[in-house]
Amino acid sequence: MGEQIQRLFYHYGKWFIIGLPLLWLMLFFMFPLLEMAQVSFTEARRGIPPFKPLWGFGEDGFFTNFTLGNYQLIYDFYEDYLGPALNSLRIAFFSTLFCLFFAYPMAYWIARSPDDMRHILLILVLLPFWTSSLLRMYALIGLLNPNGFVNGMLLWLGVIDTPIPMMQTDLSVYLGMLLTYLPLMILPLYATLTRLDHSLHEAASDLGASSFTIFFTITIPLSLSGIIAGCLLVFIPAVGEFVIPALLGGPDQVMLGKVLWTEFFRNRDWPVAAAIALILMVIVTGPIIYMRYIDRGDDREGEQV
Amino acid sequence: MKSLKLSLVSAALLGLYGAQTAHASGELNIYNWSDYIAEDTIANFEAETGIKVVYDVYDSNEVLEAKMLAGSSGYDLVVPTADFLARGFESGAYQKLDLSRLANLGNQSKAVAAQAEQTVGDDNSGVVYMWGTTGVAYNVDKVAAILGDDAPTDSWSLVLDPQYASQLADCGIAILDAPTDVLPNVMAYLGKDGRSTDAADLQAAGEVLNAVRPHLRYIHSSQSINDMANGDLCAAIMWSGDAFQAAYRAEEAENGQVIDYYIPNEGTNMWFDMMALPVDAKNIDNAYKFIDYMMRADVAANNVNYVWYASGNDAANDMIDPEILEHPGIYPTAEAQKNLFVVPVYDAKTDRVINRVWSRFSAGN
Repeated sequence: MGEQIQRLFYHYGKWFIIGLPLLWLMLFFMFPLLEMAQVSFTEARRGIPPFKPLWGFGEDGFFTNFTLGNYQLIYDFYEDYLGPALNSLRIAFFSTLFCLFFAYPMAYWIARSPDDMRHILLILVLLPFWTSSLLRMYALIGLLNPNGFVNGMLLWLGVIDTPIPMMQTDLSVYLGMLLTYLPLMILPLYATLTRLDHSLHEAASDLGASSFTIFFTITIPLSLSGIIAGCLLVFIPAVGEFVIPALLGGPDQVMLGKVLWTEFFRNRDWPVAAAIALILMVIVTGPIIYMRYIDRGDDREGEQV
Repeated sequence: MKSLKLSLVSAALLGLYGAQTAHASGELNIYNWSDYIAEDTIANFEAETGIKVVYDVYDSNEVLEAKMLAGSSGYDLVVPTADFLARGFESGAYQKLDLSRLANLGNQSKAVAAQAEQTVGDDNSGVVYMWGTTGVAYNVDKVAAILGDDAPTDSWSLVLDPQYASQLADCGIAILDAPTDVLPNVMAYLGKDGRSTDAADLQAAGEVLNAVRPHLRYIHSSQSINDMANGDLCAAIMWSGDAFQAAYRAEEAENGQVIDYYIPNEGTNMWFDMMALPVDAKNIDNAYKFIDYMMRADVAANNVNYVWYASGNDAANDMIDPEILEHPGIYPTAEAQKNLFVVPVYDAKTDRVINRVWSRFSAGN
C-alpha cells in the first residue's frame, strides 16, 4: 500500500507540485486578467454589474455587446490621458534612476561587509517594510509640510525666512517613491554583488587597473542582471502608483493610477477603466521584454567566454 | 459574460462564505462615512438590543458605490449621499424601505425630507441621516494678513477668482475632488442656475476652474481637514462638517490657527446622506431596528453634537448644543436658505460632460 502511494507520487507528484502554483496563477491572475480584457470590450450601463455582458444567450439566442468604443474614446480624448501617461513614465523612470543611484553603493557596501554585519544591515534595509507604507508617507508629510519639521528647523536656524514649499512638488513625490521602493532595488543588487568573484578584482588590480576602471569594467557589467532585475521591480509598480502621488503630489503630478481611479470610481465607467489598465499593461510590458532581451544577450555572451 | 469556470469558482467561494455567516442572526453589518457617528452610539445600541454590530467606514461615495455595484457587499446598512442613492436605486442596488416599520419616523424633519426628495424622488429608498452644505473654509488670520479688509469672505470669489487666488496661492488653496459638489457651485458663482445641466454652462464652470488651477495646492476631498487645521492651507472648498472638524482640531491642538466656514452668498448646494438598505442585505430586521434607533431624538442629538453636521431629525433640536444649532454654517439662516439648491441626479449624457470637464481640470494639460 505504502509502496503504491509512493509510486503514485513518483509518477504524478511533479504535476501536483507544478499544479498548485499553476492553479493559483490561473485563479488569481489569468481569470481576472481575462475578465478585465472582456470588460474593456463591452459597454457601461446602470446596473449590477455596471457593464453589459460581452456575450451570452438571450431569448433570441446568442448575442454580443462587443465594441471598440472604449478604446475609441481614449483615442478621441487622448489629450486627457496623454499628460498623466507621460507623467507616469517620467516619474517612474526618474524614481528608478534615483533608486539605482542610492541603492547601488548601499548594496555594494552590504555585500562587502563581514558576514555578521551583513545580516544586520539587510534587516535594516527590510525594516521599513514592516511598517505600513501609508504610515511612512504620513511621516514624510510631517517632515515636508510648510509647518513641518524640515521647514521649522531651517526657519529656526535662520537659513530661510519663509517656508520652502516642498509638499505637492516633484521633490515630495520622488522622496516618497525612493522611500517606498529602495529596498526592492537593494535586494536584487545585493544578491548579484555577493556572488561576485572577488579574485577578478584582485587580478585587475594586479594588472594595474585603477579602482575606478575596475568598478566600471568589471563590477558594473557583472552585476547587470541585478541592475535589470532591480529596475524592473521598481519601474513596474512605480508606473501604476496611486497612493504616493495622491498623498504627496499636487495637480502637476497626476499619474495614470489616478486617471484609472477616476474612470472606475467617479465616472462608473468600468469598461473604459479596464481599457486604460490594459493599455497601461502594454506600456509596462514593452520595457520588460526589452530588458529581458538585453539580459538574455548578456547570458549568451557569458556562455561564449 | 463570465466564463463558466469563473462562475463556478466564485459560486463555490461564495457558498463557503455564506455557509459561515448565514446562521448568525444577531448581527448587523454597517458601512458608514468615517468620523460620522458619536463615539458611544454603536456601543449603546449593542447594549440595548444585544445585536452585534460590525462597523466599517469609507471616505468617499465612489468607494461605497463601487462596492454596491459589484454586488454581495455583505453590508446591511449603508449611508450614501442622495444622488448616489438615487442612481444606485435605479441600478437595483438598494431596496425600498417599509416606512411602517420605523416608529420614530415622525421625528424626522418634514422640510429636509422634502428637499431630499428633489433628488431621490418618492421611492422611499432611504431616510436622511445628516445634511450639510458645500462652502469655503478659511484661515481667518492668514487671509486677513494677505488680503486685508478686501477679503471677500462671503463669496466663492475668494477661491475662484484668480485675483484673490493668486495672492493666496503660496499660503495654500485646495478644492474638493468631487465634481457634483463643485461644478454646480461654480455655475452659481457665474450667476447661472446651479442646477443647470446645459453642457455650455458646465464647460464655462470648467473654464473658471482651469483658470484658477495654477494657484491650487491640490484637488482632494479629505486631505484639507488636516492641512487646514495645521495652518498649511489658507482657503479651501470643503463640506461644512469637515471644515468644522478642521476648526475643532486646530482648537484642540492650541496651535493658534482660527478656521471658519461660510456659505457663499452666490448660493451653494445642500446634500443629504441617507440611511439605506442594500438589495442583498441579510439582517434586514436589525437594520430597521438600527435606523429607528438612530432617529430617536436623544441619539440623533448625541450624533450631531459629535459630528457637527445638521440632523435630518427635528425632535433632536432641543438637545443639540446651542453653539451648533445657532451656527449659520451648520443650520443656515432663513436668508441663506433661500440660496441653497439641490443638485439634480444627472442623466448619462450630462454625466459624460461632467466627467470630461472634471478630467481636464484634475489632470491638466
